[in-house]
Amino acid sequence: MVDISQPAHLSRAFSIYDKKFRAIAYQAGLAVSLAVIVTGIATQTVSNMRQRGIPLTFDFWNQTAGFQINQTLIPYDTLSSYGQAFWVGVANTLLVSAFGIVLATVIGFLIGISRLSNNWIVAKVATSYVEVIRNIPLLLQLLFWYNAVLKPLPAPKASIALPGGIYLNNRGIILPAVEFHAGAGLVAIAIVAAVAFATAFSAYASGYQKRTGKQLPVLVVNLLLLTGLPLAAYVAAGNPWSFTYPELRGFNFRGGQQIYPEFAALLIGLSVYTASFIAEIVRGGVQAVSKGQTEAAHALGLPQGKTLRLVVVPQAFRIIIPPLTSQYLNLIKNSSLAVFIGYPDLVQVFAGSVLNQTGAAVQVMAITFAVYLVISLITSAAMNAFNLRFALVER
Amino acid sequence: MTTTLPVAAAFHHEYIPASPPPADIRPSPLTWARKNLFSSPFSCLLTVCFTGLAVWLVSQFLSFALINAVWSGDSELCRANPDGACWSFIRAKLNYLQYGAYPVTERWRVDLTQVIGAILIAWLLWRNAPRRNTAALLFFGVYPIVGFALLRGVEAIGLPVIDTTLWGGMMITLLMSVVGIVFSLPLGVVLALGRRSELPIVKAVCVFYIEVVRGVPFITVLFMANFMMPLFVPEALTPDRLLRPMIGTALFSAAYMAEVVRAGLQAIPKGQYEGAQALGLGYFTMMRLIILPQALTIVIPGIVSTFIGLFKDTTLVAIVGIADFLRAVEAARIDPNWAGPTISSTGYLFAAIVYWFFCFGMSRYSQSVERHLARGH
Amino acid sequence: MRKIMTGVLGAAFAAYASTVWAGTLDNVKAKGILTCGTNPATAGFSVPDNDGKWTGFVVDYCRAVAAGVLGDATKVKFIPLNAKDRFTALQSGEIDILAHNATWTSSRDTSLGIIFAGTYFYDGQGFMVRKSENIKSAKDLDGASICVSQGTTTELNLADYFRSNGMTFSAVGFADEEAVIKAYEEGRCDVFSADTSSLNAARIRMANADDSVVLPEIISKEPLGPAVRQGDDQWLNIAKWTLNVMLAAEEFGVTSKNVDEMKNSDNPNIRRLLGVEGSFGKDVGLGETWSQDIIKQVGNYSEIFERSIGKDSPLKIERGVNALWNAGGLQYAPPIR
Repeated sequence: MVDISQPAHLSRAFSIYDKKFRAIAYQAGLAVSLAVIVTGIATQTVSNMRQRGIPLTFDFWNQTAGFQINQTLIPYDTLSSYGQAFWVGVANTLLVSAFGIVLATVIGFLIGISRLSNNWIVAKVATSYVEVIRNIPLLLQLLFWYNAVLKPLPAPKASIALPGGIYLNNRGIILPAVEFHAGAGLVAIAIVAAVAFATAFSAYASGYQKRTGKQLPVLVVNLLLLTGLPLAAYVAAGNPWSFTYPELRGFNFRGGQQIYPEFAALLIGLSVYTASFIAEIVRGGVQAVSKGQTEAAHALGLPQGKTLRLVVVPQAFRIIIPPLTSQYLNLIKNSSLAVFIGYPDLVQVFAGSVLNQTGAAVQVMAITFAVYLVISLITSAAMNAFNLRFALVER
Repeated sequence: MTTTLPVAAAFHHEYIPASPPPADIRPSPLTWARKNLFSSPFSCLLTVCFTGLAVWLVSQFLSFALINAVWSGDSELCRANPDGACWSFIRAKLNYLQYGAYPVTERWRVDLTQVIGAILIAWLLWRNAPRRNTAALLFFGVYPIVGFALLRGVEAIGLPVIDTTLWGGMMITLLMSVVGIVFSLPLGVVLALGRRSELPIVKAVCVFYIEVVRGVPFITVLFMANFMMPLFVPEALTPDRLLRPMIGTALFSAAYMAEVVRAGLQAIPKGQYEGAQALGLGYFTMMRLIILPQALTIVIPGIVSTFIGLFKDTTLVAIVGIADFLRAVEAARIDPNWAGPTISSTGYLFAAIVYWFFCFGMSRYSQSVERHLARGH
Repeated sequence: MRKIMTGVLGAAFAAYASTVWAGTLDNVKAKGILTCGTNPATAGFSVPDNDGKWTGFVVDYCRAVAAGVLGDATKVKFIPLNAKDRFTALQSGEIDILAHNATWTSSRDTSLGIIFAGTYFYDGQGFMVRKSENIKSAKDLDGASICVSQGTTTELNLADYFRSNGMTFSAVGFADEEAVIKAYEEGRCDVFSADTSSLNAARIRMANADDSVVLPEIISKEPLGPAVRQGDDQWLNIAKWTLNVMLAAEEFGVTSKNVDEMKNSDNPNIRRLLGVEGSFGKDVGLGETWSQDIIKQVGNYSEIFERSIGKDSPLKIERGVNALWNAGGLQYAPPIR
């Protein structure tokens, strides 16, 4: 076929004015230069590592770590392997991230809604919170919480005793430890069953309302279910748990559950900081729901609370979720600032102690990156699925 | 036959002038308060609680920062005063916090660089300034070279070389941020164009880069850039120790910048692309003359907020032992000569105020641009 | 277009491939400056003043290497490194030599890609506690919170010691040594554990130094020494023999003051040490006067010890095990011949 759209002298097979040819040339150029750079770096790295006797394998994974970590969610002692230390780090990162996300969401929603409040002083206080917190670097806030707030608390011997056997000192918060006895499982089963029944009843009630227009007393029934069933199980199992109260022995409190100040500072710092961004997202989301929606809801006779719950929030959610996801991811990544205040997260334990003791810098950093990427991917996927559920069903 | 409808009698037949507006349309303070502070019992409760909270916070702040503060004198005075800030400590350390160990006699060079930078930035950001293109060219093209020559020094023109290990304090923070923005914006534009490209390999490379960089924490990138880069590249190509975290910062924020720019590119109506193509403009000409000027204008607020993020993130270079402003505050804070009950709080408060002014100023600017854009030029 | 592209890529690749690893010595000579990784701030060992001028015991060792290699003890660039980052910085090539208070151990010598060049300070790990605790022995530390630097042998020894004595502890680790000390001072921990030299160094920087005591127990051997990258024997020799030159100089009474007179000495050991006789300088790959430069510009071992950490310094550390072998200590330079 003859291309008549171009003058003959330009339609040569490989003209540099040919768009297709240029596309291929650009891409080939890019691919080749990337290949050169990547191979160059890889060769250089491997030859450097060989020459300097830096470990090239993952053999270190099963060797004994030999250092102690104070906060461990999974079994770990000084005889555990580097691999186990890695999992301790991952667990600690996930722990502070999970609590941080919940807390930041709660604070963020409260502040965001407060900024829209009709009450002038409430709105102003919330605005000040956002403007102050989000304009100060997170690291500075973490150092402040850790060095200027938590560390100056009294020493263990002068602990502040709170009601319920809780103590507060510069070693953290010491809570009574819960000890489960036989029969505790029964209570757990009862709780699960109660939640299942309550969910089922809610679904039935809403279906019933759609069919008949009549409302069932969902709140009362569910409250009874959720409190009654576990309580009954608790009584039946005969008080299946007990508390061990911490007591001061020697240097520190023994026999309690300790929340370390490093964890507390990181959690507070991350939540407070991220909340200021979430508040802005929430405010933007609610404001983006057009005023006509609210007015229409009022015109239908829905009270303020129901207007918010049934009309505004579901629509605002759609706008809120994508930026909220990226804030959650930011929080997870920011939890790596733990190194500055000594909280044993993944970066502090694995990319810190393990890297130093084994010398396997390349492998350790590669694994660390991989973990954060996997966490990011999973969070994004979860939020996308959530988003899909909330997405507007267009007519 | 026509009949006059009796109804017509119900209508006015002459024009009634509008009533004059009320003398004062603003509600009286009392009405305002009733509406905005005490509209319901719950609102009253909130007003009381939040007023109490606000008053308490402000009075705490004032009493610590102003009323009970020590303004001059030595560490003894501060040690004796556990209730107020120790501003004499900041005064004593101010030069260190600003310049680090940069030689005293050469500090005018830092000042000069910063003044030139400030003028160029003001020129760039001032909406009605003449010849903003020249400002952009100077800032992104000429300023980095001049600034580098001034700060580091060139023996040939009589400026002694100051080793980068002596640099520190606020100058590092400003330097890192300026270098970050100067290099991450162009790089971000390239990445964003690449991500929107129709060429599959180009697109894949850009998407991979952007997503990977956005998925990992900044401090791990800094660690890699600083301690491991010499392992990856030959010694001859390894940049200076201070330059490495700057490269890390620029490469890192480029990925975020790319996403901001991409949003701008997506917001440009398809007609603009088609119009440019109909005029026979090639890809690069079209981008340079038609698409990017519009896209970048739309996303100025996004660029500024990425920049605020970058400015705050410069604090993390402390992880690789670079003495930025916050790190200098930390170093000053643990000086045993000044050890006292409020030294830490004073140091952090001072740092917070400094960072806050920078970030708040920038966010205000971005809001004004946003309003300006919303008004439709 | 294609030509340009091929040309650029070819040139880049050639540049990349041609920069093969030259020896550290050649690199240092080419740059004209020695890059030395050291402690960020450990009193007596390595401290920068406000103008960025470094002083201290390990700093002087680096200066001695620079004097020997470049003939000028001031041609050193000091890179402050945390314990956690120091070996990575050395193995990657960011620094030419590591003069840190790093302990020489078998695993570090064999599996980190680095190698130790000797011991400039024999140390041991100890504990510092507050006087008010009334602790007399490390055996009473059961249940204590212990502040410790990350990435040190201290971290590992603690675990060993407490396990073998059937005690428990809670480690609070920071990357930054200053943060460790501050955390102990501010009461986050009951105990601060480190090499005793570091404990003493930390003490003189504390606001209330007299509130703390160092317990008598020394729980480990900590030979602190300089380290270089593996696979560069010439550079290893320079690092090793720089230290030996300073030790030998002390043994034969050569000081920075009398080195010029000593060149006329009849003692063949001194003549070989100073390069008047034999080919010591040439053998290590440096000039004839390298050992003279070291001693003249920096001093012998005793000089750098006393002025930085010994009796002329605020630390007042006794020579003890760090005395020469003929004075009851462990410091011993192999013969130069």
